[in-house]
Amino acid sequence: MNWSFFHKLGSPKWFYDISGRWLPWFVLATVLLLSVGIVWGLVFAPQDYQQGNSFRIIYIHVPAAFVAQSCYIMLAVAGIITLVWRMKLADVALRCAAPIGAWMTFIALITGAIWGKPTWGTYWVWDARLTSMLILLFLYFGIIALGQAISSRDTAAKATAVLAIVGVVNIPIIKYSVDWWNTLHQPATFKVTAKPAMPIEMWFPLLLTVLGFYALFTVSLLMRMRVETLRREGKTRWAREALEKMS
Amino acid sequence: MSGLSEFLAMGGHGPYVWSAYAITFVVLALNVLEPWVARRRLVSEEARRRRREEV
Repeated sequence: MNWSFFHKLGSPKWFYDISGRWLPWFVLATVLLLSVGIVWGLVFAPQDYQQGNSFRIIYIHVPAAFVAQSCYIMLAVAGIITLVWRMKLADVALRCAAPIGAWMTFIALITGAIWGKPTWGTYWVWDARLTSMLILLFLYFGIIALGQAISSRDTAAKATAVLAIVGVVNIPIIKYSVDWWNTLHQPATFKVTAKPAMPIEMWFPLLLTVLGFYALFTVSLLMRMRVETLRREGKTRWAREALEKMS
Repeated sequence: MSGLSEFLAMGGHGPYVWSAYAITFVVLALNVLEPWVARRRLVSEEARRRRREEV
């Protein structure tokens, strides 16, 4: 197998060039998927026979929760790559994705609380799904704080990588919390492996907003990583030239 | 017009639906604006450093 792509991946300049070419397409995908999905979900999808119109919060709540968890898995993978192969780019990805993951967890929690009021009669309960999502938010805070507290770049990279890997145990707990414990939270409405548990005209806009949130996550992540790459490579010639071109 | 106000009312769930969407929109916008501002700041810092070196 040809491993040269793997070494290229470690090259900041290569990443900066290729991400610059991809970024406009992800922006386009984000705008299209989110605008169509949200208008469809808010205006054209039929209302739920039990929950009325409050169920429309699903079109932002579920995508945010998906991205929040996928992002954490990505941090753990980046952590392993950082520890095993010392790839600089993996550390950049880990550090840049953490705040986006925290914001996505925040969206999932706050929209869930708002949705809970008309549906369950309360904004918050200490049940398994909600509590494990709150722990996810604190894990993100921990990774961000740890990265900022350590001034040595190598030590910070190792410490955040270890925390990201250890914390990944929370992800299956979130996923199976609705099956393992009695909870107010409804079970998954969106599965890759099974037929959708909702009518197709409700489900399809959800698919669009889920993909839209992933696209927006990618846009934000690439933008952050590009700035961080330029900052770290500030002494190299290509980075200086790239900065000069932009001013 | 009644169609629009009916839509905004969301069958009595309007405040919940619209506040959830508003908060989400602000947070998503923030996630794109933040790195954009950071990049502009880095570019101007670099430009200032270059001018200092030229003097």
